[in-house]
Amino acid sequence: MTALQRLFKFNGGVKPAYNKEASTGLPIAVAPTPTLLVIPLHQSIGGMPRPLVTAGERVLKGQRIGGADGNVSSAVHASTSGTVVAVEMRLMPHASGLSALCVMIEPDGRDEWIPRQPFDFRSATPTQTRDYLRDAGVVGLGGAVFPTYLKLNPGKQGKLDTLVLNGAECEPFITCDDVLMRERAATILKGVVIMREILSAGQVLIGIEDNKPEAVAAMEIAARAANQAAGDSAIGVVSVPTRYPAGGAKQLIRVLTGIEVPHGKRSTDYGVQCFNVGTAYAVYEAIALGQPLISRIVTVAGNVTQARNYEVLFGTPMRDLVALCGPLADSDRVIMGGPMMGLLMPDDSVPVVKATNCVLVGSKKLFPPPPPEMPCIRCGECAKACPADLQPFEMYWFSRAKIFGKAQEYNLFDCIECGCCAYVCPSHIPLVDYYRFAKSEIWAREIEKEAADVARERYEFRLLREEREKQEKAAKLAAKTAAGREKAAAAIAEAAKPAATPEEDAKKALIAAALERAKAQKELVHPGNVSDLTPEQQAEVAAIEARRAEIREMAKPHLRQDD
Amino acid sequence: MFEAILVMALGAVVLGAALGYAAVRFRVEGDPLVEKIDAILPQTQCGQCGFPGCKPYAQAIAKGEAEINQCPPGGDEGIHKLADLLGREFKSLSAEHGIEKPKSVAVIDEQSCIGCTLCIQACPVDAIVGAAKQMHTIVAPLCTGCELCLPPCPVDCISMQPIGESVETWKWKYPVFKINPAKREAA
Repeated sequence: MTALQRLFKFNGGVKPAYNKEASTGLPIAVAPTPTLLVIPLHQSIGGMPRPLVTAGERVLKGQRIGGADGNVSSAVHASTSGTVVAVEMRLMPHASGLSALCVMIEPDGRDEWIPRQPFDFRSATPTQTRDYLRDAGVVGLGGAVFPTYLKLNPGKQGKLDTLVLNGAECEPFITCDDVLMRERAATILKGVVIMREILSAGQVLIGIEDNKPEAVAAMEIAARAANQAAGDSAIGVVSVPTRYPAGGAKQLIRVLTGIEVPHGKRSTDYGVQCFNVGTAYAVYEAIALGQPLISRIVTVAGNVTQARNYEVLFGTPMRDLVALCGPLADSDRVIMGGPMMGLLMPDDSVPVVKATNCVLVGSKKLFPPPPPEMPCIRCGECAKACPADLQPFEMYWFSRAKIFGKAQEYNLFDCIECGCCAYVCPSHIPLVDYYRFAKSEIWAREIEKEAADVARERYEFRLLREEREKQEKAAKLAAKTAAGREKAAAAIAEAAKPAATPEEDAKKALIAAALERAKAQKELVHPGNVSDLTPEQQAEVAAIEARRAEIREMAKPHLRQDD
Repeated sequence: MFEAILVMALGAVVLGAALGYAAVRFRVEGDPLVEKIDAILPQTQCGQCGFPGCKPYAQAIAKGEAEINQCPPGGDEGIHKLADLLGREFKSLSAEHGIEKPKSVAVIDEQSCIGCTLCIQACPVDAIVGAAKQMHTIVAPLCTGCELCLPPCPVDCISMQPIGESVETWKWKYPVFKINPAKREAA
């Protein structure tokens, strides 16, 4: 199958220096557990999970500490057993340099697991399987950390033609997927088999860049074994040409299947879904072993004496990890990810999270400051390099001028921020920075507009409600009066007195009824202070009454005047 | 001669009928300009413009009875958008209607709230929950920051708190480069 696989090409792309050999020399090592784990609750795309633990609580390894909240969200777990020291705001591994809610765990060194039970996905409904994976915190480990349970949905047709497994790993310096495939190919394949079954996919294509021959060989052996076990030849390992960004989902799908997913469509609409090899590994651990996602392979490279891949618990400070590799004296920054798409960290104390595929140590010598930005000369190099077939120069002009609507017309949101355009730009314009700026402005406006729409709707509803309440009140009053009249009319009918005009009679009857009520009420009320009086009191009352009568007599002429 | 007149008259009748039919069939309900202006306004319903809500202000703008610079929550950006839509000149925000403030939400100090329900009646978007003699609280995601609940409160327990930046709402900044003066070499 491998030999006969026809490959396609994506347009553009660049060939930067790969620098991958430094970190593939040594096998994966397990990073030591730090003295304090700082586990951010928000580690995936989507809603922020709500904290499930409080300070002082003892947690076990793999215990859920953040519950998925909302439609797009993924749970977070304790990476080891220990005591929750605090749940507070801590600096995030994010370009903003802002803080967010983190769970601080002091490990007790016992590394005690929660009871682990394999999940029988075959007898579970697809919804149950997806809920399980959501609560196991499995997200895409290629870097975008999109919750995997949402992608494990075969779409409208109910089945998939091709499941693409992404082992391309095109970004310089990063080798975490490479070593994972070399060392744990069989486990990855077990995960692939599970995913294929959940998605009812026809074939599986594992795409690996041809600069990783060891990984290709290891995966081929594992794939052959998996095919033999299943008795078919559905899983194929394909070596793809090395060209950045071959590891972009849309780019890899295009190279392997020739399908170009157009603007506004999903790959599942064309029967293809793409996962990272690390994600397949995590799916296997979650479903077959009952272990939630609590660690990952992280490449530590760049300005260090010994670059290497480590299996790191989430929440381990990057500083601890860098210290293991012997950073050189002139190191001045830590980048999460690679040199093309990586994000500069605000500080080296930030923790390793699910999105951390690489901790890249930088220095002025390794990554010299970019030459000053020059005006765009409209050479079109960026358009030639763009792997998403966009027009980066147009998007740049409109983003720079803050004409966001126009930038969007040039499909700004199809930009994968791979950095090829900025890499080839002869004027050294940081194009991606402009796109990121424009994208976040557009997002903010969109959110504001949604909030305004909600406010308008609620205001209009309030006006409607006030109007309705007013009408209801009026109707109630009218009904009450009508009921009173009817009652009176009924009373008249009973008395069988033919009336001159029914309305007058009704009025009279109303008055009569009211007088009746007043009389009845009067009778009910007895002044409490006139009974059981002593003779002295009686005398006093009589005197007062006499005085009153006298005054009434005196007042009579004055009152009469009015008549 | 007669035929020509007949043909022209016939043409006029046919076209007139078609236009008349189209006018009935494709009738536009409401005023689309008001809708467009209303879509630009921030829907805080705060009344700072001098009209009881965003829609009446939109109607006044459409009729030419109000200026486009009377909406402080919309700020300069909103005025620019209105100017673009209506083909008018940009005017800076009129001072008598207020100043542009950072987006805030109202917060009730729950210790001091006496449960009078006056703020609930004042809230234009029903974002306050509570009942008579029960503590009230504000549903922050629904609060538009209009400040209409502040004056009726008899115990002044409502305050406006600006919404801070979080990791979720953080925006990439406009790329700005520091220009370092070139070092002049000693002659």
